[in-house]
Amino acid sequence: MTSAHSANAAAGDAVSLADATSTRRRGIDVVFRVALAFSVGVALITLGALLIDVFLQGRPRLNTELLTNMPSNRPAKAGIQSAIFGSLWCVGITALVSLPIGVGTAVYLEHYARRDRWYVRLTELNIQNLAGVPSVVFGILGLAFIAREPLSWGFTVGTGAMVLTILVLPTVIIASREAIRAVPPSLVDGALALGATRWQAIWRQVLPSALPGIATGSILSVSRALGESAPLLLLGALTFVTFNPTGLDSGYTVLPLLIFKYASDAKAELHVVAAAAIVVLLAMLLLLNSTAIVLRNHFEKRRS
Amino acid sequence: MPSPLELAEGSLLPSAGLRRRLLIERLVRASLAVVALLSVGITVAIVLSLLRPAIEFFAEIPLSEFFGGTTWAPLFVPPQFGVWPLVTGTLLIMVIAVAVAVPFGLGVAFYLNEYASSRVRRILKPVLEILAGIPTVVFGFFALYFVNPEIVQRFWPFGQVGTFSALAAGLMVGVMILPTMASLSEDAFSAVPGALRDGSLALGATRRETCTKVILPAAASGVMAATVLAFSRAIGETTIVLLAAGSNPQFTLDPGQGVQTMASFIGFAGIGDQPTGSTGYKTIFAVGTLLFLITFVLNMISVRVVKRYREVYE
Repeated sequence: MTSAHSANAAAGDAVSLADATSTRRRGIDVVFRVALAFSVGVALITLGALLIDVFLQGRPRLNTELLTNMPSNRPAKAGIQSAIFGSLWCVGITALVSLPIGVGTAVYLEHYARRDRWYVRLTELNIQNLAGVPSVVFGILGLAFIAREPLSWGFTVGTGAMVLTILVLPTVIIASREAIRAVPPSLVDGALALGATRWQAIWRQVLPSALPGIATGSILSVSRALGESAPLLLLGALTFVTFNPTGLDSGYTVLPLLIFKYASDAKAELHVVAAAAIVVLLAMLLLLNSTAIVLRNHFEKRRS
Repeated sequence: MPSPLELAEGSLLPSAGLRRRLLIERLVRASLAVVALLSVGITVAIVLSLLRPAIEFFAEIPLSEFFGGTTWAPLFVPPQFGVWPLVTGTLLIMVIAVAVAVPFGLGVAFYLNEYASSRVRRILKPVLEILAGIPTVVFGFFALYFVNPEIVQRFWPFGQVGTFSALAAGLMVGVMILPTMASLSEDAFSAVPGALRDGSLALGATRRETCTKVILPAAASGVMAATVLAFSRAIGETTIVLLAAGSNPQFTLDPGQGVQTMASFIGFAGIGDQPTGSTGYKTIFAVGTLLFLITFVLNMISVRVVKRYREVYE
């Protein structure tokens, strides 16, 4: 084999591809491929294990009483009704407030702002940075600025929703900018050439074509508010609230916080309730996200 | 800067309609600018709200005690303010999480970008999006009631593991960051011109060599930015750590122990509803300032890295 090998190599024959170095390199290639598959496996298996574990743990309490009962520290009676309504209130308000502000900022940055101005660059940098601030820090802001002096809104739905709005705003802005940037500039140029003002071009051409992208991105950002827990730890949501919110000044709890409360309770039966509540939370998230995906697919098909 | 319309205004008599449109234009422009400035206002509000109580805190607690002590018990009587247990706790969680998120995230990104067929990609990407959308409280629950008892307690070889462990929390923080790491790296990989990859393969390099010796260096800026972001998110994670690593600040680097991080301390102290103006209340802000500063620096590094090295191939 060795002599044949050297002869082949000298002749530049195709067989020389199978020499020792090449075999080793291919071996490494196989190992690498296995390592990559393993990485994917880690992600998939963890996700699968998590979903199965939560479902199995929560199954004994997955019934309508879970949804209709109010939170309680007595395992037999413990439910999540006020938390579902609290979450819907908070996330609904967050969507209503963050959407116009986020899209407005995106329109300004994409179509009005001049990139060479320092305050425009500062705003852009600031948004990038805000997107990376740990969510618990927004809780501190809420505690110091909104719940107490100077706004003194207390531990209410309004405070919670305002903090969540601030939290998702950077991602709404970034997603809307991407959607707006994807609209061909020729649309704006054409409208301007025909004598439209910039705002007319944006309102009648850019925003309608960017709408699906904005909607998808915003739903995905707002769904983050539905699962968020850290900032609300500081904002009084971690209690057994036995009434549904009636307005912005109402006391409240939200699903992730109630899950936290049940999960960290000493009674093991309440951990079952936590797991069941997680299933409900995941179902709500899935509903929200699949709406976004259906929207995206629907409009992508229409465009092409 | 006179726009064509304004020139027209000078030469022709503007109609009422045109004047109205131009007025609307100006109003819209001004109000959008105000809206855009809101985000700057948020940052200012964060800094202001953090700073004052933090300064008051350091007026009461000397820096030498804060950085000199190794016992963190700010809510106890008598309180102790040695921040090192929080620092080691944060370090521990961060290292474990990044050790999971960065290599496996890169692995997933390479797999998606270089190996997977388009059919596999179509299935895998939404699945990763689902993983990215799992709320942190769910990861925390899973870490506390599955990963710790079923995996860490059974297989940790160095001593007894209690209900809470930095390892279980850190592993789940890592899994939480993994999809972000993967998708940012994948973006960076797919920005590498195809000619580089094709050239490398044509010269006889294996796929692995093309990945690690051509694509990875070419996408280094994006990958570095993603890694820095992974660090930043690991440091800032609150709920997973609070649930799965407990709330006992220990001066230790043993992953089998429960720990408290800067972020999880803030969450923990916030639950207790500290009265405004008390030292416990101010402690939240002092630690918050530290956390904000660290993540701020990391975010800026990430932005800089992308900006400086990105456009090499464009």
